Amino acid sequence: MYSTDLRTDAEKKSAGEALRSVEDAAFLAAFQKRIDDGAIIEPKDDMPEKYRKTLTRQISQHAHSEIIGMLPEGNWVTRAPSLKRKMILLAKIQDEAGHGLYLYSAAETLGTKRDDMVADLLSGKAKYSTIFTYPTPSWADMGTVGWLVDGAAITNQIPLCRCSYGPYARAMVRVCKEESFHQRQGYEVVTVLARGTAEQKKMAQESLDRIWWPSLMMFGPSDAGQVSQNMKWKIKRHSNDELRQRFIDATVPQAEILGLKIPDPDLKWNEERGSYDIGEINWDEFWGVIKGGGTCGKMRIRDRKTAHKDGEWVRAAAAAYAEKQERKHSAIAAE
Amino acid sequence: MSSDNWHLYEVFMRSKNGLAHKHAGSVHAQDAETAIQSARDLYTRRGEASSLWIVKSNDIIASDPSKSDELFDPADDKIYRHASFYTVPDGVKNM
Amino acid sequence: MSKSETSQALCAMPTSDEMTYVLRLADNAMILGQRLAEMCGHAPEMELDIALTNFSLDLIGQAALLYDCVLARENLAPNSDVLAMTREQSQYLSCLLVAQPNVDFAHIIVRHYMFVTFQKRQYEALLSSKDKQLAAIAEKALKEIAYQIRFSKAWVLRLGDGTDESHERMVEAVDCLWRYSGELFDKDDVLCSVIGSGLTADFTNGYQNWQDEVSDVFAEATLNIPSDTHMLMGGYLGKQEDHLGHILVDMQYMQLKYPNLEW
Repeated sequence: MYSTDLRTDAEKKSAGEALRSVEDAAFLAAFQKRIDDGAIIEPKDDMPEKYRKTLTRQISQHAHSEIIGMLPEGNWVTRAPSLKRKMILLAKIQDEAGHGLYLYSAAETLGTKRDDMVADLLSGKAKYSTIFTYPTPSWADMGTVGWLVDGAAITNQIPLCRCSYGPYARAMVRVCKEESFHQRQGYEVVTVLARGTAEQKKMAQESLDRIWWPSLMMFGPSDAGQVSQNMKWKIKRHSNDELRQRFIDATVPQAEILGLKIPDPDLKWNEERGSYDIGEINWDEFWGVIKGGGTCGKMRIRDRKTAHKDGEWVRAAAAAYAEKQERKHSAIAAE
Repeated sequence: MSSDNWHLYEVFMRSKNGLAHKHAGSVHAQDAETAIQSARDLYTRRGEASSLWIVKSNDIIASDPSKSDELFDPADDKIYRHASFYTVPDGVKNM
Repeated sequence: MSKSETSQALCAMPTSDEMTYVLRLADNAMILGQRLAEMCGHAPEMELDIALTNFSLDLIGQAALLYDCVLARENLAPNSDVLAMTREQSQYLSCLLVAQPNVDFAHIIVRHYMFVTFQKRQYEALLSSKDKQLAAIAEKALKEIAYQIRFSKAWVLRLGDGTDESHERMVEAVDCLWRYSGELFDKDDVLCSVIGSGLTADFTNGYQNWQDEVSDVFAEATLNIPSDTHMLMGGYLGKQEDHLGHILVDMQYMQLKYPNLEW
């Protein structure tokens, strides 16, 4: 998921070693007590360096995911089959840009500049959600992305509205409010296809086959039974597995209503748990995508680099113009 | 391009006349006009505002959280400043 | 049946000058909206991505209303999607300017500023139309247009009077795009006819005023209007340049590949 730690073990270790500042146990205990008492941490409050770093990484990774996430859908804007769908898709992608910007702002309150975060994305140092490295070859993918990918995102983001860090929680409230339309419009696209011609129905099923497993991987590796530091600090409130299960249980009946088949032969209702059991998730594929960028990872970063480079002269011009205007105004004021 | 020319602004918006402006978030911009335009695009896509205030983040003077105790705690026990501190005889209305 | 026969069969062209004119308005908005939609995810800065797609949304929204307006008066196609997305290239009646490519942000801004300052005059002339629905569409659009003028004008100034590089790019963009301005105010037979019938007032007498306004802003941006430009025209008559064909390949893909379906 957007907020899952996607660093490899080696990266985590070196980041830990780089953390030189030794904070005394009393300070850490006092901070933990504040969190346990339900305090919300605000930007200028004292906080452990690791709390700051973890949040910066998580929020910026979330922001990167929103911005990269514009590309698979942007791929269909010019080809959308109707005027209405074109406008809906544009509005949805705008929201994603907006969410990226809210999140960069929230991350900046922790002291890292947006430019530096973006540089990390473009250099490959920062990660983004694996889901956006998958291709969207058919129109039906615009439906399943909204239904499953945004559905998974909402499942993850609703608990983040109660995150212990104020600016992140507030950004999430705004994001969740806007995102409720994303999942619905996606499901509506799939509904029309599922109730359409045989060709349209096939399109929908093939797309579900493509996106189902990657959407489950969005929640990150299995972590059942672990209580991480992030959970103690209330940066994260539920385990990956718990959120994944919640998503599966909500989504399977939605597919059934449309007459679409979840591509998992082992999927079955577990009466005892009151939940669905699923087959094995292919974690080799997941780690392969994180390391190598999967099908579209290289292209996604190349697209963002091109946009960034195309923007250099524009930003320079705007800055130069603003400076000229300021000089003009102060010259007038001096007269 | 140096990011030093890329100012951070805080955005406050009034959802409708009669209400106060409320902090919405921040935007990056080179000047006041781009700040207004970006804030409009970022925070009012669903008609959330009838008015915007934009302030350079650096111009905000904030209280120091480590001084919160001395600034704000002394007000905590002045309960006599609240109307609920006072009792009035039964039957007294409109007070 | 060949592919082209299939697509021709999906949609007819207007018989009246009035609906031909409204189709021009619709196609202008549609094609520019489609051009700007190409920038989605690729604009030079994230804030500009939202701004450009906002304009795209405004324009496609205007186009949708105008296509419906045409269809309510002439039964050319089963719905506005078919009308918008299935015609032959020569049946698109947009001016040449709106199909010009997104060469760089300078081209996008110059094209947009030229178009929306023209569109303002063209739509103001519709406010007194005998067609109340058309007047209402224009009234709504004019608010969107006012903001787009404000935005694109500010960027003309910023880029024209920014750095040497941005200035050069703007000179190149103006040099490239100015030749398409003549068509915007060309008073051809269709326009004469719809002025005569009261569908629109005559906005072509505002040509000089438009040139003055644009050249003033360009001058403030340290840009000159090219002199002795040979104006290129024909889009309004369906004589389109190569660019439109590439736009249509994307825009028509689904409607032509899967005709008569719901999406």
